[in-house]
Amino acid sequence: MSAFSQGGAGGRITAALRDATIAAAVAFGLFVVMVGLRTDVSPTGALVLRERWTEVAMLCALVFAGRLVVTLWGLRPQSLGQSPERAAAMARAGKLFAPLLLAAALVLPFVPGIGRYELDLGILVLTYVMLGWGLNIVVGLAGLLDLGYVAFYAVGAYSYALLAQYFGLSFWICLPLAGILAAFWGILLGFPVLRLRGDYLAIVTLAFGEIIRIVLLNWVSLTGGPNGMSGIPRPTFFGLPFNMSGEPGTFAGFFGIEPDPVHRVVFLYYLILGLALLTNWVTIRIRRQPIGRAWEALREDEIACRALGINVRNTKLTAFALGAMFGGFAGAFFATRQGFISPESFTFIESAIILAIVVLGGMGSQVGVAVAAIVMIGGFELFRDLEEWRMLVFGAAMVVIMVLRPRGLVGSRTPTIALGEKRAIGAGHVSEGRG
Amino acid sequence: MSAALSMQDAPPILEVEALTMRFGGLVAVDAVSFTARRGDITALIGPNGAGKTTVFNCITGFYRPSDGALRLHAADGVAELHRLKDHRIARAGVARTFQNIRLFPGMTALENLLVAQTVPLQAKTGFGIVALLGLGAYRKAEAAAVARAVAWLRATNLLDRADDPAGALPYGAQRRLEIARAMCTAPSLLCLDEPAAGLNPRESDELARLLRAIRDGTAAEGEPAVSVLLIEHDMGIVMTISDHVVVLDHGRKIAEGPPAVVRNDRTVIAAYLGEGDDD
Amino acid sequence: MAYALQQLINGISLGMIYGLIAVGYTMVYGIIGMINFAHGDIFMVGAFVALIAMVMLVSGGIMDGPAAILLVLAISMAFTALYGWTVERVAYRPLRGSFRLAPLISAIGMSIVLQNFVQVSQGARPKPIEPQVIGGIELMREGEFVVQLSYMQMLIIGTTLAALVVFTWLVTKTPLGRAMRACEQDRKMANLLGIDTDRTISLTFVIGAALAAVAATLYLLRYGVADFFMGFIVGVKAFTAAVLGGIGSLPGAVLGGLLIGLIETFWSAYFSVQYKDVAAFSILALTLIFLPTGLLGRQDVEKV
Repeated sequence: MSAFSQGGAGGRITAALRDATIAAAVAFGLFVVMVGLRTDVSPTGALVLRERWTEVAMLCALVFAGRLVVTLWGLRPQSLGQSPERAAAMARAGKLFAPLLLAAALVLPFVPGIGRYELDLGILVLTYVMLGWGLNIVVGLAGLLDLGYVAFYAVGAYSYALLAQYFGLSFWICLPLAGILAAFWGILLGFPVLRLRGDYLAIVTLAFGEIIRIVLLNWVSLTGGPNGMSGIPRPTFFGLPFNMSGEPGTFAGFFGIEPDPVHRVVFLYYLILGLALLTNWVTIRIRRQPIGRAWEALREDEIACRALGINVRNTKLTAFALGAMFGGFAGAFFATRQGFISPESFTFIESAIILAIVVLGGMGSQVGVAVAAIVMIGGFELFRDLEEWRMLVFGAAMVVIMVLRPRGLVGSRTPTIALGEKRAIGAGHVSEGRG
Repeated sequence: MSAALSMQDAPPILEVEALTMRFGGLVAVDAVSFTARRGDITALIGPNGAGKTTVFNCITGFYRPSDGALRLHAADGVAELHRLKDHRIARAGVARTFQNIRLFPGMTALENLLVAQTVPLQAKTGFGIVALLGLGAYRKAEAAAVARAVAWLRATNLLDRADDPAGALPYGAQRRLEIARAMCTAPSLLCLDEPAAGLNPRESDELARLLRAIRDGTAAEGEPAVSVLLIEHDMGIVMTISDHVVVLDHGRKIAEGPPAVVRNDRTVIAAYLGEGDDD
Repeated sequence: MAYALQQLINGISLGMIYGLIAVGYTMVYGIIGMINFAHGDIFMVGAFVALIAMVMLVSGGIMDGPAAILLVLAISMAFTALYGWTVERVAYRPLRGSFRLAPLISAIGMSIVLQNFVQVSQGARPKPIEPQVIGGIELMREGEFVVQLSYMQMLIIGTTLAALVVFTWLVTKTPLGRAMRACEQDRKMANLLGIDTDRTISLTFVIGAALAAVAATLYLLRYGVADFFMGFIVGVKAFTAAVLGGIGSLPGAVLGGLLIGLIETFWSAYFSVQYKDVAAFSILALTLIFLPTGLLGRQDVEKV
């Protein structure tokens, strides 16, 4: 898209320059106060101003240059998504890409040069992949906009922590319980609100997420309030604890190997990989079932569903509950991995990040969600040296990616059944849901 | 049961009794009663604003009637539609199409027809576990569902478009697919909201043929005859295919009878020409 | 009795602030049908602009008294309006008519950007200012307890009413207001009739942001502190107010704001301060469940 039309090149550049000047002027207005004058709290407690005009000038120059580049090289948003041909090509690539990704995930702990840090990052990414896949059931398939998904993550984490603390139950008993409890909360919260639509549902789920967090924060006698809960039991290898003593009853002792702290990390890595793959497997299977098709039909047209005898409320509830259940599993995993949880881990921003992963991945696409999680969480980690700047970059990335690719990475949809060959359906036809 | 056998004393499929629908102070439908008989194509006609769509939405459960009764005489007993929620009405055996086509545009034609069979299929999934593991009983049920879908795709001349997204089909094909989808719910009564709207003459003829075949049970292999209730503006198609016509005006029934009789009814002509007690 | 009266006064003055922000939500929702997720953060930016202007004018000894407050208000409105305009231009306009979730995500992204931009540029520490408006009128006395209507509260109520009068005139009596209502009814049709819908939408954001700036300035004067995260909770409460009043209805937004302010104040006074946000969120949920169109909202008829 870099070629200019010969005649209009000069005019285009002039127009671009004018455009960039306006942008720089706006930038000056935006930054002159907020950047140019920094408030600091002086030792006496009063506020003093520090002037930073150089920074303002630099920012304006940056905006000028950026705007110029964008206008001249035309980074235009793709508003209508992909053509069917392109969607089909993407789907074919996806078919190859998914097994490769899976293979890479499976062998990662044994790749030379992969140390503890990389594994920890892998665990973090996989946790978000799993959360993304769980939320994808609700948002991507059923078309229900849930901005409080983190609530179920919190329910799972606190369920495990509380059950372990008060009843001494092991991780392997608590994991299903955490999922069931989260699903139960999903039904409880979903029951009254699922007839709401679109943004209203989004805001109510957001409110529920916040209510749960505030309750966790203030119910100090049960949850420890802002101090959180510590000493959550770490997972065992089916009863064999990981510790450094090397005694017969431990993982290292049982298998007769040298005790190594990496064992537990590798185990946690495979645990979350397994949980994520379980989520994926269930989603893929359930899409081909009547209930899965009903979810997608609901996303496409709720009124038509009612005319076909589908119980809309129950269908929505199953999606909500199943999504919540996987959130609960992920929460229990999070608690056992950290050994410590506090309400701070379950803020609205987490919900927003998970939703962003789903939407960015292209709603309904399993591979897309996985790639989006890797890009967002991995990318976030890459910018760790930027410290406080990285959330800024993260938010800006969300805006830019949405503007450039409103349908996400994979906007097409694969049919669940076909008489002939399954062909991907271009994004133009697929609805986004109104619930 | 063919059209020739359809007589006044054929058993009813749907009884509408003193149906009244009020929106705030406005009475959209005022004590309308009529009977649609088994094996008939019944047409509900009237000028714009006569209350046809309101009657239709009451029958299909999208509105709850203010007053009156709606009884569906299905094979397995009488269902009191005015007491049921919309999805229950569909399960009781009333299938419908929409004036502004409501397909699932991002799903294929075949998928659309499978969604229509969600309710019976769901019962075979064993709380999802059997189907999740892909076990035999569910597979058999799904194969039967696909077979029924294929039969209706063939009947509506859409078999070659089975794997295309519904949203990509031409307008006429979408209309036919919507009828096929309604038929896949195995209804006792098929309700059509202006099925000929926007069709060209050739497509209208095909539609008339399809509707007669549905009434006679010859449309698709192994599918029973289904009575039809339709709202239609296109008088040509109403007069050629209907066995019985009910005329509404200003929310009241003004005439009823076979097409030939209704066509010559003076009140009907007056209503259509805008004479009489107009506002 | 006296205690309750004092809470009533406190609740009304807090509710006025929520009402001003709620108007911004309701306007944007009315015209483009989306929740402007970044509106709470626009409010926060408004508070910071007001804070900086205040420090510059008052601590700099340039001026003080009512004139200073008026100038601070004007500065905050002007710069915050520019932020409102930019947010719409950058994050929402390119996505107009697109996939419904995309603008929501970019709005959330924008909210993250604004919060962290302020955190980076102004620091994460809460910024306190000294009270500028002190004193009040004693209304009644009951034993030890004195019911007071402070000058600050009078300022809040007065300014809010003035802002709302100007705003109401703007949307009912001017061509811009007519264009806004036309876009609300049917954007395509308005466009065909020669209304510049993009400009109208931009102006809606500008006006909403300016009102948020008024609210922010008053909030800052009343509570004396600003931090980069303050927009989230205030934003959700103001949104609740908009929903409670009936989204899309401007008088509803103000009414909802007053109700939320009163409920929150009385809840804190008689039940528990910790759970005051739970009260606000619960009202939001309950309103949407039992009264989805709000108190003054229009009934949305489902067309089949």
